[in-house]
Amino acid sequence: MAADQMNGAEMVIKALGDQGVDVVFGYPGGAVLPIYDALFMQNRLRHILVRHEQGAVHAAEGYARSTGKVGVVLVTSGPGATNAVTGLTDALMDSVPIVCLTGQVPTHLIGNDAFQEADTTGITRPCTKHNYLVKDVNDLARVLHEAFYVARTGRPGPVVVDLPKDVLFATGTYRAPETVEQRKSYRPQTEPDPARIAEALELIARAKKPLFYGGGGIINSGERACKLFGELIELTGYPCTLTLMGLGAFPASDKRLLGLVGMHGTYESNLAMHDCDVMINVGARFDDRVTGKLAAFAPHSKKIHIDIDPSNINKNVRVDVPVVGDAAKVLEALIAGLKARRFAPDRAALGKWWKQIEEWRKRDSLHYENSDKIIKPQYAIERLYALTRDRDTFITTEVGQHQMWAAQLFKFERPFHWMTSGGLGTMGYGLPAAVGVQIAHPDALVIDIAGEASILMNIQEMSTICQYRLPVKVFIINNQYMGMVRQWQELLHGARYSESYTAALPDFVKLAEAFGAKGLRVTAPAEVDRAIKEMLAIDGPVIVDVAVDPAENCFPMIPSGAAHNEMILGPADRKAAGPVSEEGMVLV
Amino acid sequence: MSEIERHTIAVLVDNEPGVLARVIGLFSGRGYNIESLTVAEVDRANNLSRITVVTSGTPMIIEQIKAQLSRLVPVRVVHDLTEEGPSVERELVLVKMAGAGERRIESLRLADIFRARVVDSTIESFVFEITGSTEKLDAFINLMKPLGLVDVSRTGVVAISRGAGKF
Repeated sequence: MAADQMNGAEMVIKALGDQGVDVVFGYPGGAVLPIYDALFMQNRLRHILVRHEQGAVHAAEGYARSTGKVGVVLVTSGPGATNAVTGLTDALMDSVPIVCLTGQVPTHLIGNDAFQEADTTGITRPCTKHNYLVKDVNDLARVLHEAFYVARTGRPGPVVVDLPKDVLFATGTYRAPETVEQRKSYRPQTEPDPARIAEALELIARAKKPLFYGGGGIINSGERACKLFGELIELTGYPCTLTLMGLGAFPASDKRLLGLVGMHGTYESNLAMHDCDVMINVGARFDDRVTGKLAAFAPHSKKIHIDIDPSNINKNVRVDVPVVGDAAKVLEALIAGLKARRFAPDRAALGKWWKQIEEWRKRDSLHYENSDKIIKPQYAIERLYALTRDRDTFITTEVGQHQMWAAQLFKFERPFHWMTSGGLGTMGYGLPAAVGVQIAHPDALVIDIAGEASILMNIQEMSTICQYRLPVKVFIINNQYMGMVRQWQELLHGARYSESYTAALPDFVKLAEAFGAKGLRVTAPAEVDRAIKEMLAIDGPVIVDVAVDPAENCFPMIPSGAAHNEMILGPADRKAAGPVSEEGMVLV
Repeated sequence: MSEIERHTIAVLVDNEPGVLARVIGLFSGRGYNIESLTVAEVDRANNLSRITVVTSGTPMIIEQIKAQLSRLVPVRVVHDLTEEGPSVERELVLVKMAGAGERRIESLRLADIFRARVVDSTIESFVFEITGSTEKLDAFINLMKPLGLVDVSRTGVVAISRGAGKF
């Protein structure tokens, strides 16, 4: 048989190899057995066996977001595919490049309600960047290569390739990636329009109260874009804020960073966003968590929006200068343009603006009242940061209060070290994501900052962690409540804590031990440092159960339906602000 | 609130399974209106189909619809015929009439005025075929109603730009 003749399953392995894939996160089942058989007969491609298909996708996301490479998932038909849907949607919302291979019943059974049949392409159409059903083995190699191309180019996203079992058994001709022609219909624009660059330069140069608003697009573009973003800030001396997805794109220790922006962002970030006269959005999408009340969003500003996805332009906020293109290329053009026109900022205006920002900064909006009797969640996270800042630390999170505190208090100096579910807000993301990060960086310190409610949503992945001896640290901020739900009920629903308290929580120390990991519990503020040090000293997976103040709320906060300059800074402020408007109540 | 506008959009797509579902899913998933939608292969050699969508929304929504359509992987090009200059819009309708006597003769007379063609005929029925603008077809159908209209089948709008330019 000629070298390019092989069966579909072998073709899958070959294509993954040619795409530079070294690890696949998956779970076997009837429809994908031929691929698992082909996996068994080779040793180049590593397979990580998760415990639930949702975990496989989040693990691949963690892998992708900490490396910049495409994460690969392999699951079976029917429930394997439907279990992956949450992960795929998460990857779509947060622009994470994923290729997910799903098994399918044989082509002649499709549509017959066969065992473990689901309309996978139908179900995943709205939650993928693109998907394919391969009906002919001779299309398989082309489709797989195209899937990788689509997943990683333009605005990255998840791509599903549905593989009927008979196609995996059939023999056909393999094609190498370089022989596959690019399809005419998919040509993402990466080069910016020079006319738009000129308009943007004009606005940037004349700004008196400028603000950079950086998002995940900078990180997705790559290390170079982050570097150029820093250069542009250096060149202009303008202040910068980052979105949840953008943390790490610019060093947190730099004074020109005002911190996180949006619902739980800092006072100085949000006030600067409200009052700026030129906003330079680089790779962010005016998400509702950032804009708050649209009618009152940055009302006096001209807005430049740099985005690789044209559909993000004018979607939520009408902008003055849209620049479609890859962040690195746009930033490069802006820097070159500023240098060419011998740009010098308006020192007087900029000095005044910075003075105003420093006034806001003095409010110290991340301040909290510490206690020596009960562990404040903010304190636990601050100490975790202080004791790990000298190491190559990767942080994943679940979703809720702990996630916001981590975003506020953990200071990221570099990109690719912060993995969180931003757009979809998927509880249960952090633990499997940590699996993927640790697989990609075996020697690094990987910590899942978790809540006790979220962690239970994918706790089964502790079993994966123990199987592969991954030294993942799980740091549970345990307040016994779905904290963010409780906080909203306190704020919006008369403190009627409907179903947000978890009775009968497991003993997390015993739970860790049951999986074969170490478990620690800490209940007193004075013990926090010792517990963190003990966790770091253990050469293996650890769950640390940190019993924190159950009543603590996450501030500052822009209540739903409010503008940036109506944010509440703390519990006292809250009473002064009065009840949330009815208009705000219906928002999420 | 900006004014609601009606736009006719031509979408050239790779003719592959699921492409129509992608377009329709996009409209329903994002809450856009579809007033009419037609699709057919137009270039077999290049494997191209043309979808004509008539939709309505504020200018910001119309802009979003075009951007979202362009983002779909199998979509080659999106043209807003309403915005890009004059275009011709046509629909075809088949109207089935039943009845005898004066009503039957009157419907034939009106069909003649509207340049409808008879494409099927029995002793007690006709099927008229008529093409034209949506408004003209509406007018014809309304006239036929009291004269024994039994059923109507419409294609939805197809459109093309005026002049020598493509699309």
